[in-house]
Amino acid sequence: MTNLVDIPKVNAKNMTEKEFFYGHKACAGCGGSIAVRLALKVLGERTYTALPAGCMSAVGFIYPQMAFNTNAIITTFPGSASMASGIAVGAKALGQKDVKTVVFAGDGGTADIGFQALSGMIDRNDDVLYICYDNEAYMNTGIQKSGLTPYGTKTTTTPAGDNIPGTITHKKNLFEIIAAHDIAYAATASIGYPQDFLNKVNKAKHIKGATFIHVYASCPTGWGTPTETSVEIAKDAVDCGLIFLAEFEDGEYKLNRNPKQFAPVQDYLKKQGRFKHMSDADMQCVIDNRDKKWSRMRKHWL
Amino acid sequence: MKSNKIFISGDEAVAQGVRLSRPHVVAAYPITPQTITVERLAEMAESGEMEGEYMHVESEHSAISATMGASSVGARTFTASSSQGLLYMAEGLHYCSGGRWPVVMMNANRSVALPWSIYGDQRDSLSLLDCGWIQVYVEDAQEALDMIIQAYKIAEHKDVLTPMMVNLDGFILTHTYELVDIPEQEMVDKFLPAFQTPNKMSFEEPKNLGFSSKPDDNTEFKYQQNEAMFNSIQVLKDVDQEFADTFGRKYDGMVEEYRCEDAEVVLVALGSVCGTIRVVVDKMRAEGKKVGLLKIRYMRPFPEAEVKDLAKRVNAIGVVDKDISFGYEGTVYTNVNSAISKIDKYVYKSNFVGGLGGRDITKDEIEEMFNKLFSGVENKSEEKVEFFSLNVESND
Repeated sequence: MTNLVDIPKVNAKNMTEKEFFYGHKACAGCGGSIAVRLALKVLGERTYTALPAGCMSAVGFIYPQMAFNTNAIITTFPGSASMASGIAVGAKALGQKDVKTVVFAGDGGTADIGFQALSGMIDRNDDVLYICYDNEAYMNTGIQKSGLTPYGTKTTTTPAGDNIPGTITHKKNLFEIIAAHDIAYAATASIGYPQDFLNKVNKAKHIKGATFIHVYASCPTGWGTPTETSVEIAKDAVDCGLIFLAEFEDGEYKLNRNPKQFAPVQDYLKKQGRFKHMSDADMQCVIDNRDKKWSRMRKHWL
Repeated sequence: MKSNKIFISGDEAVAQGVRLSRPHVVAAYPITPQTITVERLAEMAESGEMEGEYMHVESEHSAISATMGASSVGARTFTASSSQGLLYMAEGLHYCSGGRWPVVMMNANRSVALPWSIYGDQRDSLSLLDCGWIQVYVEDAQEALDMIIQAYKIAEHKDVLTPMMVNLDGFILTHTYELVDIPEQEMVDKFLPAFQTPNKMSFEEPKNLGFSSKPDDNTEFKYQQNEAMFNSIQVLKDVDQEFADTFGRKYDGMVEEYRCEDAEVVLVALGSVCGTIRVVVDKMRAEGKKVGLLKIRYMRPFPEAEVKDLAKRVNAIGVVDKDISFGYEGTVYTNVNSAISKIDKYVYKSNFVGGLGGRDITKDEIEEMFNKLFSGVENKSEEKVEFFSLNVESND
């Protein structure tokens, strides 16, 4: 494995000014497009990008207006990881050097319909960086619940009313499910902490084999938040402890941020239309779940 | 002519054809009765006999996705499937033809559930006739091997760029052994040069593939795809001729006529049952009955010209369908009938549906089909679709 100490650092000064994702039709304040834009700046020109059905493919590939300046392809919805595997293996078979294949898939495309292919890709250790941009619902089809939609969220398929308070399941534990494959490198990130995200993409870029980054990416349309607060709200999610920044490397977990005190969860939830209906009891349920998670992480990951 | 005859199964013949075609990437998932093909390819990858990369994918959906991915960077690819696996790929099959990636696939024709059956009929591939793939049906192991090599040349042709499915009957062909001539690698290399295509992502000329298109453009893309399928008619004939010139074996392109020159009635069929029909034709010919066989090799593109030409020369055509389009008739019959309807002549027609779930179609049954055609013409009977050799009473 690449010696991670030798990997050149990325920062605002040495990063390219070239845009590889330009002229797309995403909504104003789209967190997913920020994640794609930042990652491609690190990955550079010799990158094959694969995207399943989802917001980023819908806004980037409407013939004849193509938004990716680098090679990119829309995959079948369940097949982003397997198609990317084929690209990486095909490139290897053709003798192409210094090439990276990256997937940008949403939470539904990753944790639900695309999961089988993702598991297979990691099992084969194909040379693909898989980035899941998590906006916590199927946003492209109009805000329906996915396996990563958190407890209490109001979506169009989990409406909140007198009988059911929106989504009643908690987010799938995606990061640990991926880590359980004994993958060489996996990380969580947030577009609210861009430097941390860039560093993780940079690390994954230099590792040969399957790598995975789960990046939290806000969605003003689905979340009911002002467009100018996208980065801020993705930071708030980390600060209140609902999203954690961590890495899995050489079989070990590492917490990148371990705040002594969390910002109030209620403030984060109340800022968003999708959580407006939540009762105090529902919010307490979210907090209890967070605390249980952190207690486990602090016990085993520190 | 150099040759090397070995005693192998249809599945193994396919694997030999794949090896000789030098694919860069093989991605496949095992399914009975295709498994021997992927096992042999894995062994060839292990021994270095096959130079390409062998991908152990976790499903047929991933097999077709991976082959498309590899093809999208310019790699020659192969996958194999059968039955439920082929149906599981269905989404990808349309995707692949729409993306114009010339993937070559072997399909071991097998019945589809329910009821479960691992034995062969042709409902799997015929139910996917509209997925935009060129579909060829072979009669024996030698033809299977030869068609894999031809398939790459046809599919990758610049005027075609369309994926191709080589169908062989499960068990009857996949698991029985024949003496098969294995061509020399250097002759195959000469016949089938390395895959070159503009339809790929590249760092010299980056592309966005697999895009969306609005209603304004969508029909035009589909029109081009349909035109490419029609283009393949000439290409596959040329390729077959070139194959004959190189290897000394010829398959006559879209169809093969057997003793049809002065035939009064003919049976039309696909795949291995053609071998049985040939034997019956010979027997009945010896008895002075003017019967013949039209072996349809390609179901897509459909050999309309050839069917029309034959229909002009005969009194009756019977179609043997190892499939049924529920609520109507056999799919091969629908296609044949459509072609015949375009000529200005009455021909008596009958559709014999049988062999489902692997049931044997016997020589006696085929002889009975021919006799029914003769009596249909003589008695001016009503044309019909019938499940042949049924153990339960039909509504008739």
